[in-house]
Amino acid sequence: MSEQARAWAAAAAVPDPEVPCVTVAELGILRWVEMRGAVAVAGVSPTYSGCPATAFIEMAIEAALCQAGFEARIERVLSPAWTTDWISDEGREKLRAYGIAPPEGPAGKAALFSAPEVSCPRCGSRDTAQISAFGSTACKAQYQCRACAEPFDYFKCI
Amino acid sequence: MALWEAVLELADDHLVLGHRVSEWCGHAPMLEEDLAMPNMALDLIGTARTLYDHAGALEGAGRDENRLAYFRDERAYVNCLLVERPNGDFAQTMLRQLYFAAFMEPYWRQALHSSDAVIAGVAGKAVKEMAYHIRHAGEWVIRLGDGTEESARRMQSAVRALHGYTGELFEAGADAGGVLPDRAALRGDWDRVIGEVFAEAGLRQPDGVPMQSGGRRGLHGEGLGHLLAEMQSLARAHPGAVW
Ligand SMILES: [Zn+2]
Repeated sequence: MSEQARAWAAAAAVPDPEVPCVTVAELGILRWVEMRGAVAVAGVSPTYSGCPATAFIEMAIEAALCQAGFEARIERVLSPAWTTDWISDEGREKLRAYGIAPPEGPAGKAALFSAPEVSCPRCGSRDTAQISAFGSTACKAQYQCRACAEPFDYFKCI
Repeated sequence: MALWEAVLELADDHLVLGHRVSEWCGHAPMLEEDLAMPNMALDLIGTARTLYDHAGALEGAGRDENRLAYFRDERAYVNCLLVERPNGDFAQTMLRQLYFAAFMEPYWRQALHSSDAVIAGVAGKAVKEMAYHIRHAGEWVIRLGDGTEESARRMQSAVRALHGYTGELFEAGADAGGVLPDRAALRGDWDRVIGEVFAEAGLRQPDGVPMQSGGRRGLHGEGLGHLLAEMQSLARAHPGAVW
């Protein structure tokens, strides 16, 4: 395995601190890892402008690279902005299994005054209602299933 | 006048409004709103942080985000007057949020094409967040405006209290040399969103209200000094403190 591939594998395995069922690679916030001389440099994108986990995620990735024996540096990548479109199919399945409904459809299509239709992660019903557009973390909204009554988090499409 | 000062104006708008919105944390009228308020505040403060760092780098005098946020006095703040207005009741807070977000959403949409890579990067995130704020605040303005007699009365009085602070949003501040969007050109977009929401809410925009301005020149209302005193006291009592 090349040094670059080994560094990627180490960084990519870091779980997201707020949604630990998925890794930073599956969420798409780890953009790239490249070797610059002996230094492994990881490009990381914040999910939301004010996401309090951003600094923590950067530290965790740096620590993982150090543990794998690399001298490490993090670069914050603002442009192009992170979008939920970059969450991998595997990541979406893991979110659903964890009880969080993954984002529906491509980003940027949301109408101004309508909440998106979301499938219940427990029973799969489309008969769900938004309780609040804001949830326990910046990336989630609160929903409830009318079919099975389960309240659940929806990973907002952004 | 230079680009860094124009970026500082934007940063101050976001920090001051973010702090105002955060004042609702623990005081909102229901649990969902108690989650929504800090979420919206975080969006605004997060945007401000990147803008402050960028303004500091452009200025080139070694000031970082903390220096700019915590160690400038009221007269050095260049936010517009709308964002420093006190929270008042829930109607006033939500109308202020709608007025601001309905301006910033088209602003960031334009800024996506800025020649400044940091501004374009900030815009990519902020444009989506502002769309959420428009939706959330807009729904409340409609719900209250079209609600009970009392909620409608409070909503209309919020319009009277805040409308005179909206003109400043469209005034040119520091000269950004074409790197930032032309504020005056966003009037049509703003009017359209506000018009739609007001029509549904049964509210009307008052005519002939004199427009207040001065924030960009450091001339502020009494409230900003109190806000800064609270926000800056810890950093000033323990300069350079870390966790
Ligand atoms: Zn269900």
